[in-house]
Amino acid sequence: MTRAFAWIAFALGAIYFFLPLIGTVEFSLRMLRGQYSFEAYRRVLADPRFLDTLGYSVAMAVATIVFGVLLVVPTAFWVRLKMPRIRPLIEFITLLPLVIPAIVIVFGYIRLFNTSSILPLTGSAMGTNVLLMFGYATLALPYMYRAVDTGLRAIDVRTLTEAAQSLGAGWVTILARLILPNVLVAVLSGAFLTFAIVIGEFTMAALLNRPAFGPYMQLLGANRAYEPAALAVIAFAITWACMGLMQLVTRFQKHTRAQR
Amino acid sequence: MPFLEIARLEKSFGALRVVRDFNLAIEKGEFVSLLGPSGCGKTTVLRMVAGFEAPDSGTIRIDGQDVLGLRPNQRSIGMVFQAYALFPNLTVAQNVGFGLKVKGTGRAEMDARVDEMLRLIGLPDLGQRYPFQLSGGQQQRVALARALAPKPQVLLLDEPLSALDAKVRVSLRNEIRAIQRDLGITTLFVTHDQEEALSMSDRVVVMNGGLAEQVGDPHEIYNRPATRFVAQFVGTLNVLEAEVTDPAAGRVRLAGQEIALGRPLPPGRASLALRPEVVSLGPAPGRDLRLAGRIAEVHFLGSVIRMRVAVGSDHVSLDAFNRPDAPPPAVGEAVELSVSPRDLLVLEG
Repeated sequence: MTRAFAWIAFALGAIYFFLPLIGTVEFSLRMLRGQYSFEAYRRVLADPRFLDTLGYSVAMAVATIVFGVLLVVPTAFWVRLKMPRIRPLIEFITLLPLVIPAIVIVFGYIRLFNTSSILPLTGSAMGTNVLLMFGYATLALPYMYRAVDTGLRAIDVRTLTEAAQSLGAGWVTILARLILPNVLVAVLSGAFLTFAIVIGEFTMAALLNRPAFGPYMQLLGANRAYEPAALAVIAFAITWACMGLMQLVTRFQKHTRAQR
Repeated sequence: MPFLEIARLEKSFGALRVVRDFNLAIEKGEFVSLLGPSGCGKTTVLRMVAGFEAPDSGTIRIDGQDVLGLRPNQRSIGMVFQAYALFPNLTVAQNVGFGLKVKGTGRAEMDARVDEMLRLIGLPDLGQRYPFQLSGGQQQRVALARALAPKPQVLLLDEPLSALDAKVRVSLRNEIRAIQRDLGITTLFVTHDQEEALSMSDRVVVMNGGLAEQVGDPHEIYNRPATRFVAQFVGTLNVLEAEVTDPAAGRVRLAGQEIALGRPLPPGRASLALRPEVVSLGPAPGRDLRLAGRIAEVHFLGSVIRMRVAVGSDHVSLDAFNRPDAPPPAVGEAVELSVSPRDLLVLEG
């Protein structure tokens, strides 16, 4: 009986997840009247703005991930090692982006970093890119911090650090050679979530007027019928490809493979 | 001049004073154990030597140099932890070579030293394995090799045998001691296991409540405990209450008999201690003091029979070797114990 309920729950979940996807795929193939074709995909891929915006967003995602890792890994490590008492406070701070809408954050940025401020980041394209990257890092903070913190919980941070220190290692060596490799799976999980957030993010990119993939998808969705469905399927495929890549990387790590 | 010198060390965590006026001087190549119950401050002392905790006051000198201003990675110490603390992402060889790599040692020299260390711990063929592929005893051997590879000035061992099963613990403690003797490295060992401390050490520091209650060689610690705590913590002890009849001459009345202890005593009552091995069941030559009692418990342990005998309001434990031709006494049986007065220890403190 319990087994039957489990299968019914699984089937309902699968239908809920796959049905819209199948519908989108099916719709994206019907651009040419009376036949299935990849015409919508061809048009999307032929559009130079597709590659431009996707390339921009991928670059932003990579930059955000690098910045996020550099910010979060040492912070989570230090909090766990030296200041465990303030962990609840740090967790609360990292949760704030979930309750503060992106539009509020970006308006705050614009007000703080506009051309008449001390740090006029919005005055140049590069400055705005940096600002957008900070914004993305803020949005991804709850996921990245939790992923890294969970990874750190799985290892004895204090003893490993002390062992390394007793062998003469400094903080940079400890972080780069011991902590980061041992939380790499967790970091990759956070990186994947960051990637997914950045690729689909609309509000910040649109309000900072940057040529990102999110605003492009919105623009296409407002003006075309079949191409947005094809674009959604492509974005979905990219996201899943990233997840597969992450799995591959973790599989090639001998010590983590054995621990699973 | 001592090689490792700890003087007037004090450490508090909040209102709790965990180390109080701790002094210790260790000669080069000496193996010294800090022995005491949980919370006595022994690990805190070790961590202060390692640099992981900063003392509130006092000094720590290694080879004449004050190391309190140095960070842990500048102190030239090797440390072995209770939980092994091998780096899970590195192979055994990489773990052993970690300290050498950090020091910038050349590849050839590093490989040779790693091989030498792996041979020293008896695991020459396991260099390419990961820590999770080793048993607990093997992991701790690797941890020892890793700590020794960079040739530290002082080796610190923080209860390295506690996580191992009994058999491995005994064999590994002998190996550690043999390696330490071979290399002649000054070693500070923390343990709560008296057998480990007594069997491995040149000297033992018995700690209680942050204080060093006694420092001495294992024979002295066991046979001439300086305080009641040391006597009771190290080994099994029988405590008998006696009445002091002549304080100046050191005469007491015990179980209705007058005994001369040969040293002045404070008037009133005295607590006398006896190790189980100095008590005989039945008459024994040279053991003139006789105590009548009744068997309260008998534990047959194979080669040894452990008994508890009720003597008045006190209980006396004693061990007797098993004899196939003589079965152990029954519970409730009246027996006579014999003891030599010179084996009685007067407990102070």
